[in-house]
Amino acid sequence: MPMTALDIFKLLAKKNCGECGVPTCLAFAMMLANKQTELTKCPYVSPEVVQQLESSASPPMRTVTVGDLEIGGETELFRHEKKFFNQTAYAVVIEDDSDNESIAERAKKLDAMKYERIGIISGVDLIAIKSKGDAQRFSEVVTLVKENSGLPLVLMSDDPQVVEAGLKVVSKAKPLIYAGNANNCAALAKLARQYACPVALYSDDVDELVSLSEIAKSEGADDIVLDLNLGAKPLRDALEWLTILRRLSVKKLFRPLGYPIMLNVDNGADVETQAIRATLGTLKYASLIIFGDLDAARLYPLTTLRTNIFTDPQALIQVNPGLYDIGKPDRNSPVIVTSNFSLTYFTVASDIEASKVPARLLVVDTEGLSVMTAFAADKFTPETIAQALEEYKVAEKVDHRKLIIPGMIAMLKMKLEELTGWEVIVGVKDSSALPKYLKELASG
Amino acid sequence: MVAIPKESWSGKIKEIAFGATDDEGGTRDKKLLLGGETTLPFLAFEGKVSRPAIGMEVIDHVGDDYPHIIIDEIGDVIKDPVAWARACVDVHGADFICLKLLSTNPEEANVSAEDAASLVSTVLAQVKAPLIIQGSGDYEKDARVMELCGDAAKGERCLLSRAEQDGYKSIAVAATANGHDVVAFSNIDVNIAKQLNIMLTEFGVPVDHIVSDPLMAGIGFGMEYAYSAMERIKLAGLVGDKMLQSPMIADISVAWSAKEAYRVDAKLGDERERAIFWEVASALAALMAGANALILRHPKSVAITRKVVDELTG
Repeated sequence: MPMTALDIFKLLAKKNCGECGVPTCLAFAMMLANKQTELTKCPYVSPEVVQQLESSASPPMRTVTVGDLEIGGETELFRHEKKFFNQTAYAVVIEDDSDNESIAERAKKLDAMKYERIGIISGVDLIAIKSKGDAQRFSEVVTLVKENSGLPLVLMSDDPQVVEAGLKVVSKAKPLIYAGNANNCAALAKLARQYACPVALYSDDVDELVSLSEIAKSEGADDIVLDLNLGAKPLRDALEWLTILRRLSVKKLFRPLGYPIMLNVDNGADVETQAIRATLGTLKYASLIIFGDLDAARLYPLTTLRTNIFTDPQALIQVNPGLYDIGKPDRNSPVIVTSNFSLTYFTVASDIEASKVPARLLVVDTEGLSVMTAFAADKFTPETIAQALEEYKVAEKVDHRKLIIPGMIAMLKMKLEELTGWEVIVGVKDSSALPKYLKELASG
Repeated sequence: MVAIPKESWSGKIKEIAFGATDDEGGTRDKKLLLGGETTLPFLAFEGKVSRPAIGMEVIDHVGDDYPHIIIDEIGDVIKDPVAWARACVDVHGADFICLKLLSTNPEEANVSAEDAASLVSTVLAQVKAPLIIQGSGDYEKDARVMELCGDAAKGERCLLSRAEQDGYKSIAVAATANGHDVVAFSNIDVNIAKQLNIMLTEFGVPVDHIVSDPLMAGIGFGMEYAYSAMERIKLAGLVGDKMLQSPMIADISVAWSAKEAYRVDAKLGDERERAIFWEVASALAALMAGANALILRHPKSVAITRKVVDELTG
């Protein structure tokens, strides 16, 4: 919550001494509120006030950058309240004691584990390189992985020497250091500051995690990610703590825990168990998940779910206007018109698919509005439909000149026929009747 | 010590009995209690949680388009709804059965309401789990189907599905006349969910006989809308809106309308594993959004989801 100039003014000494370079405290407060000056310019401000003002200026949960990937920065408990900002990032482990050939192969494979779905590419986001303790070997493997993949990295080791060996190779790519614990927290935080990289902190105990976070911050580490070992806890505890941690950061503005929360689900569990933990973590409050392993059969549904949850609820979801093939249509297959509101598109496309009648779906640019809303808003008109017919060159792809329009906009028929010269057929009012309608149409 | 932030909500989700045992005039071997929680899903540290029930779909006649991955797992019994229902309960551990009378649709096989009611009687006689009786979605036909099936199931406290804004009276009558519960179906719309509950209660359906179905969508096909609608309904109920305190049911069979979940495509991994996980992920989303009962299709999805629910409520 940013403070207003008046809020800040109340906390100042009100001496109007001018030592900060501004004649009055009120003017100073106004400049502070606009971030035009710094609080340190005032010699009379108390440490408590400094803390209060600092925390009011920073967001409830820090956004941390790993490589070119942003995680955290969340402000809500529920997506409908505003939105979830940075989607949960998925990392998969490579262990440094495998042979070079399989490491290179696995790095390439993970890099390629991404899928395009309605124009969005989503998949594995990071590679986590796990050390068995030898600094020299770790440095070799980090180099090897870097040569075979462009994904951001997590450097996994408790040993500051091992971590530094890795950082020397890749610090410019801003890898995440994983993880500082009660023994090595200060040392890893120093490395994080020195190499300007983010650092993860790990503890089984929330109070200890708070101290670690405070130590790391005092050592100059700003970009912190927290691991409360929830990837290994029973699901009930994991969900409770993920909820508690999110509430502490966004509702209570509790600074020591105001960082992205991560799960390490690599506990020798099978792929399915890891993927289930990750599903719950994606739905509820994990910003980063480290997997021991992950296969396409789980990753594809998981990334689909992730895209859904991190979709901005305020934005109308659109699909690109165009002519879409459903099944394998030929030159005599029917052409069906609909809007580009994504739910409308999905419903109609899946109903056509269910009919098993190959068809072409002409998706008109209705600016993301559904059929009736678009009609009411003059976005679904004979003109916009005619324009789509022209733009997507429908006449070149079919031999017939018949267009099926939604039953709800039957009133456009005459005008549309005049405008295009196509025969306009008024189709069903509700998409659910499409399978039967199309089957009958196909059987003549 | 970090102070643990706990929410205490003024509202409570209604606890609805589903299925009647012999002390209540029915013949079910157990009754399920849906809802009754006082906080968001599985947050036992701050309130009472409720264990979601996991049911399975049984269709009166399985068409050619039913996913072969499910048929392979269920086996030959899928051709006989009674045997299928029995297998769901005895072999796959379903808490309840959702019997979908799709063949009664006048635009499909147009099976008579009398035949549908006789099927319901047989299922009730041979399978002792609580039963959802779902019509085909054809309002006119469903009115008759629900009337006869409701009669045939008298005293068993079934869930009659589904009452919609444009057609709820006949199903409400069929339910209240025979002591059944009603599934109130709204299409991903919090306001309609509330409106429908008001209309049903004004029409005489006791509020403790209503289960809401706000329409869950599978992942990739509008899940986020359904998820947020359900989450908003749950929150509104917990804040104290009495007309949004019905437990919610989510029919996850819609996950199978996504052909990409099980089309053969090497890049997307094994299609059987993928299909099952597609259904499980959709089910978990429904649970996190506040569903109190799930209807699933694949026995493996049922097993995985049950294990997750065990761990979340353990």
